[in-house]
Amino acid sequence: MAKLAFRSILVLVLVFLYLPLAVMAVMAFNTSQLYALPIEFGTVWFQRLAGNERLIGAGLNSVLIALANTAIATVLGTMAALAFQRYRFRGSTPLQILLLPPITIPWLIIGTAMLVLFFWTGIGRGLHAILLGHVALSLPYVIVVVGARLRSFGVTLEEAAATLGAGPWATFRRVTLPVIAPGVVAAALFAFAVSFDQFVISYFLAPPGVSTLPVEIYSAIRKGFTPEINAISTVIILVSMGLMLGVARLYRFGGEE
Amino acid sequence: MSAVEVKDIVKRYGTVAALDRVTVTVAEGEFFALLGPSGSGKTTLLRAIAGFVIPEAGEIRIDGQRIERVPVYRRGIGMVFQNYALFPHLSVFDNVGFGLQVRGVAGAEIAARVAEALRLVRLSGMEMRKPRELSGGQQQRVALARALVTRPKVLLLDEPLGALDKRLRQEMQVELKQIQRAVGITTLFVTHDQEEALTLSDRIAILSEGRLVQVGPPTEVYEYPATRFAAEFLGEANLFVGHAEQSGTEAVVLTPAGVRIRTALPLPAGAEAMLAVRPEKIQLTNGRAVRPDGANHVEGRILRSVYSGSSIAYRIEIPGQELTVFEQNRAAAPRDVGETVTLSWSPGHSIPVAA
Repeated sequence: MAKLAFRSILVLVLVFLYLPLAVMAVMAFNTSQLYALPIEFGTVWFQRLAGNERLIGAGLNSVLIALANTAIATVLGTMAALAFQRYRFRGSTPLQILLLPPITIPWLIIGTAMLVLFFWTGIGRGLHAILLGHVALSLPYVIVVVGARLRSFGVTLEEAAATLGAGPWATFRRVTLPVIAPGVVAAALFAFAVSFDQFVISYFLAPPGVSTLPVEIYSAIRKGFTPEINAISTVIILVSMGLMLGVARLYRFGGEE
Repeated sequence: MSAVEVKDIVKRYGTVAALDRVTVTVAEGEFFALLGPSGSGKTTLLRAIAGFVIPEAGEIRIDGQRIERVPVYRRGIGMVFQNYALFPHLSVFDNVGFGLQVRGVAGAEIAARVAEALRLVRLSGMEMRKPRELSGGQQQRVALARALVTRPKVLLLDEPLGALDKRLRQEMQVELKQIQRAVGITTLFVTHDQEEALTLSDRIAILSEGRLVQVGPPTEVYEYPATRFAAEFLGEANLFVGHAEQSGTEAVVLTPAGVRIRTALPLPAGAEAMLAVRPEKIQLTNGRAVRPDGANHVEGRILRSVYSGSSIAYRIEIPGQELTVFEQNRAAAPRDVGETVTLSWSPGHSIPVAA
C-alpha cells in the first residue's frame, strides 16, 4: 500500500515538472500560431527560428557565457573548496559562513548592487560584466558541492598518497581530483545552469544591443509572443536533458556511492 | 645503528601535551609496538615519525638522518592506516603500484614488483579488482603490499588490525609477523590491544598521557611492570600498598590491614611501597594450610567466580582488600562462593611498582 502511495506521489511530481515542458514542445510543432487543436504538425517555427538572427545571436551569447562561467567558477570554486577543507587559516570559518547568504539573497538585489558597483568602478555593462556577475553568483554553489564531496572522504587518502612518495601536485592529480570528480562535474553543471538560466543579472548588465537568451526571450514576449520561442526552448530542453542524463549515467547519480 | 631514533620529542595541543619529551630507539629490523589507551600519544608519535605531526621540540632520525623538516613524501616510509585508505578509483594493481608510478619507475619493473608484493601477501590474481570488491582482510593485505612495494626504510602501522573481527585478526597477526620477518623491515606498530602487542612485538613501549612509561621485550614488561599503570594496562594486577620493611634478608610490605607480603626484589626500607602480583601467579589451596616454606600465604574467602571455559577468574576477599586469581579449569566444577582458600605465591612474583 505504502509503496503504491509513494509511487503515485512520484508520478505526480514528475507530471507536475514535465507537463508544461511537454505542452511547450508539442506546440513548437503546431503550425497554428493560436495553438489551435487538433495539432497541425509542421516545422514552420523551427524554420523561422533558423532565420531569426537576434534570437540565435542571443542564444550563442548565452552558451558562450555559460561555458566560460562554468570553466572559471569550477576551477576557482574547487580551489577554494580545497583550501577550506584541507587548510586551517585565519578567517576560514567566517569566510565559509559568508559563502551561504548570497545563495538566499534575491537576484534582483544582487543585480542592482552589481550594476551600481560596476558603474562606480568603471567596469560598466557588457558581456564581460555579465560573465563577472555569473561567476560571482555560481561560486558559492561550486564551493558547497565540491566541499561536501571533499568532506565525505577525509584526508586519509591524501595522507596515504604522501607516505607513498607523492608530492602535493601528484597527490592532487592522481588521488584528490579523481575521487572528487563526481562532485566537480555536478558543481560544473550547477554553474552552467545558474548562468544559462540567469535573467535578472544579465538583464541589468546587458547594454542595449547585447543580450542573452533569457533576456531576448523576455523582450520577445513583451513585443508579442511567437511560437519561435517554443521552438528554441524545445531545442534547449533536449540539449540540457541529454547532457544531464549523460552525466547521471556516467556517475550513477542516485545509485550506490 | 638504530633505524628510528626519537629524542625528547614534544607536541602540545593547546595546553594538553600529546607528547611530553618522549625518547624511543628502534633497532634495525625490529618489530616495535606503541601501546597505550586512547589519548596516550601513541598515534601522535607514529604520525610524528610519518611527518603528519610536526613536533615543537626534539629530534627524529631515520637511519641516522634528521627528518623533522623533511616532508612526508620524501621520508621513505611505508604506512598502513587503520581504515586501509585504499584509493577507491584504482584497481588493486594500481593501488600497489602507486608508489612506484609516482617515482617514475618503468612499467615492466612496476609490473614485476607489484606481482612480487601481491605474492607476498597471497593476493595474486586479484590485480584487476577494485578495493570495494575485496573483503576486509584482503583490503588489509593490499594496504600492506602497497606500503612494502616501495621498499621503505620503516613500516608504520596504525592499528592495522583494528577493523577486523576477532578470528581474522588472529590470522592476520600471524601473517603480519611472518611477512615482517621475511622482509626484515623495521616496523612500528600502534595498538591499544595488549594481547596483540605481546604476541607480535620484539619490544613494547607503553605510553600514558603523552609520556613513555616503560620499554622492553614483552616478557619483561609483563613480568616486571615498572609502574602501577604498566601493571594494570598490560594484563591484570593485584596491588598491595603499605609500609616497606626489611625483615632479615628479605623485603616485606605490611598493608594497613596487617597482611605481610614478601618480595624477592629490593625495596627502599621505611617508605610507602606498592607490590603488583599477576592473578595467574597465585595458587589456590583448600582450607587453611600454612606452610613455613618462605612463600606468601594469605587466607581468603571466595566472593564470586567468572567461568570462561579454559580458566576461571575468582574474586577473593582477604583482610583489607579484594584480589583476583585466575585458576586453570582442572576440576570438574568451579569452587563454591564462600569457600575459604589459601592464596600462595612465590616472593619472586611480588613486583615492586612505582605509583
